[in-house]
Amino acid sequence: MSDLLAARSQMAVSLAFHIVFAVIGIAMPLLMVVAERRWQRTRDPVYLDLAKRWARGTAILFAVGAVSGTVLSFELGLLWPKFMEVAGPLIGMPFSLEGFAFFTEAIFLGIYLYGWEKVSPRAHLLAGVLVAVSGAASGIFVVIANAWMNTPTGFTLIDGKFADIDPIAAMLNPAAFPQTLHMTLAAYAATGFGVAGIHAFLLLKNRTSAFHRHALAIGLLVGAPAAVLQPLAGDVAARHVARYQPLKLAAMEALYETRACAPIKIGLGIEIPCALSLLAFRDPNAVVKGLDTAPREEWPNVPLVHLSFQVMVALGTYLALVGLWAGWLVWRKRDFAAQRRFLWGVAIATPCGFIATEAGWMATELGRQPWVIFGVLKTADAVTPMPGLVVPFTLFTLLYCALGAIVAWLLYRQIVRSPRSA
Amino acid sequence: MSLSLADALAGIILVALTAYVLLGGADFGGGVWDLLATGPRKARQRDLIAHAIGPVWEANHVWLILAVVLLFTCFPPAFARMAIALHVPLTLMLIGVVLRGSAFVFQSYGGGGGRVFAIASLVTPVLLGIAVGAVASGAVGELGAGSGEQFYGVYIAPWLKPFAFAVGFFALACFAFLAAVYLTLEARDRELQEDFRRRAIGAGVAVFVTAALGLVLSPHAPLVERGLLAAPWAVALHVLTGCAAVTAFSALWTRRYRTARVAAAAQVALILWGWGLAQYPYLLPPDLTIAAAAAPRVTLELALGAVCLGAIVLFPSLYYLLKVFKGSSGVSVP
Repeated sequence: MSDLLAARSQMAVSLAFHIVFAVIGIAMPLLMVVAERRWQRTRDPVYLDLAKRWARGTAILFAVGAVSGTVLSFELGLLWPKFMEVAGPLIGMPFSLEGFAFFTEAIFLGIYLYGWEKVSPRAHLLAGVLVAVSGAASGIFVVIANAWMNTPTGFTLIDGKFADIDPIAAMLNPAAFPQTLHMTLAAYAATGFGVAGIHAFLLLKNRTSAFHRHALAIGLLVGAPAAVLQPLAGDVAARHVARYQPLKLAAMEALYETRACAPIKIGLGIEIPCALSLLAFRDPNAVVKGLDTAPREEWPNVPLVHLSFQVMVALGTYLALVGLWAGWLVWRKRDFAAQRRFLWGVAIATPCGFIATEAGWMATELGRQPWVIFGVLKTADAVTPMPGLVVPFTLFTLLYCALGAIVAWLLYRQIVRSPRSA
Repeated sequence: MSLSLADALAGIILVALTAYVLLGGADFGGGVWDLLATGPRKARQRDLIAHAIGPVWEANHVWLILAVVLLFTCFPPAFARMAIALHVPLTLMLIGVVLRGSAFVFQSYGGGGGRVFAIASLVTPVLLGIAVGAVASGAVGELGAGSGEQFYGVYIAPWLKPFAFAVGFFALACFAFLAAVYLTLEARDRELQEDFRRRAIGAGVAVFVTAALGLVLSPHAPLVERGLLAAPWAVALHVLTGCAAVTAFSALWTRRYRTARVAAAAQVALILWGWGLAQYPYLLPPDLTIAAAAAPRVTLELALGAVCLGAIVLFPSLYYLLKVFKGSSGVSVP
């Protein structure tokens, strides 16, 4: 394994691990706050039980997310010192703001977790709301920094050196809005359906459990609207990629040749004629740039980007359909717990949001290669000169595998398992 | 020499690092005392430590992230150099950070991992201290350019030095000292309080011994040595630090724990600021100055703005957190 590949793999493993915790850290506090609010209004103890269990889950996941996020903030330099040397002054701004958002999140999570008896109910609920808001804010700031890597702005290159630095323009880079919107919705959809799916599965075994019914309802309340909106946000993002990173779009769609009336390939050799042109440019006859517009050494890994993109779209579509189904059931005032097929549909959705999130990240990050700053700095030129990078890569992979297993076991024990009384 | 915007931001980074040492450092120190828990009250000592760390350790940890983020925003060449030359100790430190945090929360939620938490709490501060010691000794400045030749010379030699290790053990002693002093105020009964009073006095001696060791080895960090021994402000600083140390010791001896807490924190903070002043105006001695490493002015201005804005949100929140969990502490027994 070359040092470059080891560095990229270590970054990929660290991000793939962290993103799960980040996503849950953004959305779980919202579920927790909804449950607590319902408890305060109805005094139904099941809601309090849910709020407390979800708070415990948030505590475990937030801690692992916090430490794995710390690893990433160092790894930016440990693995890509030359990237940080040029990018630091430009993307430091969102990272600094993220630091403070994260501070707020950590402080109020401490109050939420340990303050049930120490602060007033109103202050406690407010602490939970602040955790949810600052969690979403810190996610948005980090994604803004990533968006800059895809559509770098706020500087001029003079003889390969960065000049006329403008960090505000860098923050307002064109990809910032579509990426943050898509990612934030992904967090709510993945977590909402993750929770709803587990409890739908348990409801199939125990139809009368109020605990699982309430948990399913709150999971869907957060997950379903996000999943239904996500295809729209995805459309915004895709049209944006078509405009600013046409080569990435070509890789996502495995479009090798530039052509008008470009089709969308949906696998198994099936194509929807002109659909790509229509979706990307709102014109069935629009010319879509193919991979042939760039020399081969500037292509990303086309099969992998294409596959990741398709997985994301397929799973996202599935979640949106289940979300619509849930909406229809609510509209018809049907009881979720009585709908066996629906419960199976939600149960199957449990991992889908997370897989879609990982696949979406792979599509956008692998699609950016071979650049670390798109069109400006190659990843190969940013890597640390330190040799033997396969060693830290192996260490972190083993560490994260072990942590992942322990977290899964703890969450099962702490949250999912039905209360003894129910 | 007048203070520049870059100097102000370097100062803010040192403030963040100081807060990390005084708050987050004590959480690591708590882990050390968990490892060293002995006697008939072993289990109660561990409970007290877990109880004290639980609500605050994550907020305390963010100071480190803030320091790193401000470093790569405002002084990117310095961050890049450190990341190259100190790759090995920083990677090991990160593994320690991950293990400490996760094992603590696993332990809190019935998942075991108490030993991992305690051992990681012991090792991580040493690695942090080694990184600081390597910077202070000037090795990162000289070799950090990253020529890629001679693995040992570029990636190991900068930190595998007696001076860097002395700073590492000094950091560990300081963290354990702070934790023991703070825990005397967290303890709800006299016996536990006495346990941590004895530990605080022992750790205070360890701080003194490791500091003396660092001083003996300080010819390896010529700039720091010159600053600490010869600069015009040196005597005043040493007198102040000495006063704080004597106050901390005598307050522990006479069981005036609130005074001890303030004095111990002041002592450790003064030591950190002494280091910062000693190597001023260098960020990475012997050659990279604060001014030379600074990002463009607009970035510095915005970073300062972000810090001010953040502080408006941060300080009231932090005050509230500490008021809720640390406000009513202190023993009720006479």
